[in-house]
Amino acid sequence: MAFSIASPTTKLNAMLSLRLAFRNLMGAGLRTWLNVFVLSVAFVVIVFYNGMLDGWNQQAKADTRAWETGSGQLWHAQYNPFDAYCLEDAHALLPPAYEQSIDEGDITPVLITQATAYRDNRMQNILLKGIAPEQIVVKLPTHLLDDAHEEMPHVIIGKRMAAASHLTVHDTLLIRWRDRHGTFDACQVIVAGIFGSNVPTIDNGQMWMNLTRLQQMTGLSGHATLMIAGPGYQHTPQPGWIFKDDTELLKEFSDIIRAKKWSSSVIYGLLLAIALLAIFDTQVLSIFRRQKEIGTYIALGLTRGHVVGLFTLEGSAQSLLAIIVGTLWGLPLLWALHVNGIAMPGAADEMGLTIGEKIVPVYSFAMVAASIVLVTVSATLVSYLPTRKILHLHPTDALKGKLI
Amino acid sequence: MSPHTLIILLAFTPSLMAQEAVTLLSEVDANLTSANRVMESSMTIHGKRTSRTITAKTMAVGTTKSFTEYLSPAAEKGTKMLKLDKQLWIYSPATDRTVQLSGHLLRQSVMGSDLSYEEMMDDRKLSDIYTPLVIGRDTIDNRPVVILQLTAVVDDVAYPSQKMWVDAQRHVPLRQEFFAKSGQLLKRMDLKEVVRIDSRWFPLVMIYKDMLKDGKGTEFRVTTIRFNQEIPDYIFTKAALKR
Repeated sequence: MAFSIASPTTKLNAMLSLRLAFRNLMGAGLRTWLNVFVLSVAFVVIVFYNGMLDGWNQQAKADTRAWETGSGQLWHAQYNPFDAYCLEDAHALLPPAYEQSIDEGDITPVLITQATAYRDNRMQNILLKGIAPEQIVVKLPTHLLDDAHEEMPHVIIGKRMAAASHLTVHDTLLIRWRDRHGTFDACQVIVAGIFGSNVPTIDNGQMWMNLTRLQQMTGLSGHATLMIAGPGYQHTPQPGWIFKDDTELLKEFSDIIRAKKWSSSVIYGLLLAIALLAIFDTQVLSIFRRQKEIGTYIALGLTRGHVVGLFTLEGSAQSLLAIIVGTLWGLPLLWALHVNGIAMPGAADEMGLTIGEKIVPVYSFAMVAASIVLVTVSATLVSYLPTRKILHLHPTDALKGKLI
Repeated sequence: MSPHTLIILLAFTPSLMAQEAVTLLSEVDANLTSANRVMESSMTIHGKRTSRTITAKTMAVGTTKSFTEYLSPAAEKGTKMLKLDKQLWIYSPATDRTVQLSGHLLRQSVMGSDLSYEEMMDDRKLSDIYTPLVIGRDTIDNRPVVILQLTAVVDDVAYPSQKMWVDAQRHVPLRQEFFAKSGQLLKRMDLKEVVRIDSRWFPLVMIYKDMLKDGKGTEFRVTTIRFNQEIPDYIFTKAALKR
């Protein structure tokens, strides 16, 4: 019963407070719009930064899945991608349990061995990776490796490797490797294709060749170092092979994005802090200049809480205006960036990170909502802090203008 | 010479040549290997811009035990290597630690040279791992040489075939070429300054060159060498590395 009586009153007070707050804000003129604009810049920058990182995250993970990791990988128990020395022992015969999945194209085996490439009297240590030409699990143009009737083995390389080694399609070079007994062997290979991928971990210092040919060259027939799983693969555990799922394979990149989000939050945090400082200052000034008004409110029957609420609402209303203003000028800008993407410098992917020529920012509803909440809550908080003095106010002092 | 004698000679020529090759390779082994030796040497590694020289003292017994201590430069001084059969330990005075090299690490270059630890460790007699065949005769530095084709008879060998120019009178190789399984020439070693030490001929300078890349290679020079010396057993223990 009490609720039903109190509810219209509360609603009336809220409406009155809101109208008063907006009227006071508009009355402040340029000072309000300056605060609103700075806060709207902070809001748009927050959305932009997070959108760019989310876009990079999605794009890089999609590329890594498409070119390298598939839907997961099966590693030989001794395989460690960060230790090239393990490759001598990190291979085994493909378990019969996987034969059907391989035949159906659900997984594709890869054999990796160390080798040295020689061209123009220069040497380069490389990883030689064997993969089946008919595989469809990853986007590598492995059909170019169908060299069964060719005398010279075909290799495909990435654009980074091609640039670093000054190689073009149809170039030949000498590669030297050791077989399973450690005996040296060497032969000429021809570059059958150069692929452009955003994933440097399948490119830098690597050459891909026909799996069967590499198995023959190393004396490791039927062996593989790892297997890449496609979307249709149902995992069957086998001793000596460890399944690495999507999350585990992409963990490193997720960690990088997480770290990047923290570091970028420092930048937009500073911007937000400047905007909030402006609101805080405005609130302090506002309370100082409107002491008699505060005293009148209280004398007319408003509680101190109501007055605090009114001033806090004035401050936080700036954040609502900032979001509206930010949407007005930021939306077209952010949309244009989403459509056109943000061009990355040419050397960006040489750092070993998966990064496209362009990053397309992605603005999820959750991210935008979180940004709105962040701006609104922080603006409300800094608007409230200076108003606490009103709680200890004596009405007669206020009417005399002796609040502070 | 009667026709019969000629036919008999022609029939036996291949086996005679094979016998000559085996004998020659055994004599090469006899010259290059010894029951034990104490040697001081320098290894000059020629880089693209600069060269650096490392000096070392080596004590070795047979083909299975050897102990090397680097004497200079200052950065390498005190580094020691102990080889026992197929195992290799390296002691670094900077870290005061002993590390055992195994597997793929043995295939890495020794101090940036054209030699790998594995090649350096492989002291097996050539006649134990290769079958020789005389394939020609020539002269090198005005010395008559017999050219041997060596084909590996074991699996665990880095180079499945070699070509060796052996001094026909001193029975010391003056040049070696190392080939890949495919027949690709990979490395060349020129041996020079052959001297008489006790009852054997021994080359004091060996120049290794990777034939697939630019560069002057690595020059290994024996400064002093003494054969059949008394070497205490404790030298070939891991404890000796930290002494």
